[in-house]
Amino acid sequence: MTSYVKSERQLARERYRRSRAIRSAGIAGASSVVVAVAVVVGILSSPGWPRVRETFFSWEAARASFPSIIEGLWLNVRLLVVCGVLILAFGMVLALMRTLRGPVFFPLRALATGYTDLFRGLPLIITLLLCIFGIPALRLTGVTNDPIYLGGFALVLTYSAYVAEVFRAGIESVHPSQRAAARSLGLNWRRTMRFVVLPQAVRRVVPPLLNDMVSLSKDTGLVSIGGAVDAVYAAQIYSGKTFNFTSYVIAGLLFILLTIPLTRLTDWVTSRMNRRQSQGGVV
Amino acid sequence: MALRPLSAAALALFVALGAAACAPADEDTSTSASASSSSSAEACAAGALPTLKSGTLTIGTDKPAYEPWFSGDDPTNGKGYESAVAYAVAEKLGYAKDKVSWVTVPFNSAIAPGKKSFDFDVNQVSISDERKNAVDFSSGYYDVRQAIIALKSSPAAKAKSVADLKGYKIGAQVGTTSLDVVQNVIKPTAKPSIYQKNDLAKAALKNGQVDAIVVDLPTAFYITGAEITDAAVVGQFENTVGTPEQFGLVLDKGSALTSCVTSATTALSKDGTFAKIEQQWLSEATNAPVLK
Repeated sequence: MTSYVKSERQLARERYRRSRAIRSAGIAGASSVVVAVAVVVGILSSPGWPRVRETFFSWEAARASFPSIIEGLWLNVRLLVVCGVLILAFGMVLALMRTLRGPVFFPLRALATGYTDLFRGLPLIITLLLCIFGIPALRLTGVTNDPIYLGGFALVLTYSAYVAEVFRAGIESVHPSQRAAARSLGLNWRRTMRFVVLPQAVRRVVPPLLNDMVSLSKDTGLVSIGGAVDAVYAAQIYSGKTFNFTSYVIAGLLFILLTIPLTRLTDWVTSRMNRRQSQGGVV
Repeated sequence: MALRPLSAAALALFVALGAAACAPADEDTSTSASASSSSSAEACAAGALPTLKSGTLTIGTDKPAYEPWFSGDDPTNGKGYESAVAYAVAEKLGYAKDKVSWVTVPFNSAIAPGKKSFDFDVNQVSISDERKNAVDFSSGYYDVRQAIIALKSSPAAKAKSVADLKGYKIGAQVGTTSLDVVQNVIKPTAKPSIYQKNDLAKAALKNGQVDAIVVDLPTAFYITGAEITDAAVVGQFENTVGTPEQFGLVLDKGSALTSCVTSATTALSKDGTFAKIEQQWLSEATNAPVLK
């Protein structure tokens, strides 16, 4: 049981590889710095830069507009969380309706298909306008005319259609043999779905689902068409008053900060799934 | 391998050249601004100003162009207060009606830095010191007062003072001084609703989503007279700041035309032309009770 001792040749090989790695990292770093410097110098020396700096990157404007923008962002976050949960639930219901088998369920299937076709095709802004300004015009008693609720409703209508299609793709990607095996074990349709198909289906579509959620986080701002003030709208209000666009830059940065955790989560889930699948372990 | 540093250098050079190529030649606004500051008669040669397209005057406004400032969403017909003002200014500068072309300019692009698609923009833009950092203004062509309208059936219509309005849900358009009045004068307890366009504010008023909306006085009279006949002008607001609020023509910052356009608007306001145009197009804007 002699322990493994690296041969002289192996050590030389490793030294060589290390030196190559260090060299290429150095070159990559230097090249990046040169490009970055060139870009920065190019922008800073452009004739319009002083005015751009004043209009888009003014400290004073950033400080003045920040409180109202962060207050607006709170509305975005609340809408994202509440609508996100409702969308996932409703999207799943729609997907299950579309995957029902048997002629007796045709009306349900047709309804779900019609729904997804309609709301995926209809531009979100039109859905929002119809909900926010159309529903109150009906003068229904007991129906709210608050633009935030109505706008949230419109977001749920549209995004559920997207999410339903994502779920359906997941359900249909589960191999038929899984279903057959479950049925042969004596599980009925409901249990087959619950214990065999859906867990696999959902796991497969987590990345596109999170993608839709990131997209939703930005679209929540469109509710401002009804007069509610979100982060981007707060920025617009400030810029309309002062003719300075810095507030938009601030709002943009805040949205990036909001979506980065979501994006990282997406990456992590994806890599975890890939690890699990490539191990060839449990299905 | 030996190519690597070379290609890196080539890349850097390429980027630097690209940045330089993208950088437009400076229009030298500083010299044109200083040249225009000496507003002598020959500096404003009639019909031969350094306009965007030589020989024609390009005027910008937003779409939709609202009554009573424009008529029938068509700025070219000379009807409506601002359309008439624009043609009067053009004439003063030596551009006949056929030498004037109109271009649609959304509010945001009128105020953004960078190349403008118009010589001047006429869009009910109030002059303010803050805004002068971003654009040039002519002298004022209209003294604005802000007014508040509500449905006749609403309790808000009975308000007699600013304090009476505090408890209501109030709407206004974004980027307007009407919104400033809501936020700084009325200071309502409920969050104000802020709309992209007056059309949306009107729809919300009809739906009862807001109790009242603040607009400028001529617009208020137009809305209550022609568009929402079951609404009424509750009252107008006093000028809270020392100087009366005025609409001005918007020009690019440091535009060579600013001084000429300003002398034109000043002259037209002195000789009573603006007053005449106002009589013609805004005559309905009689007095509304002033809310204190």
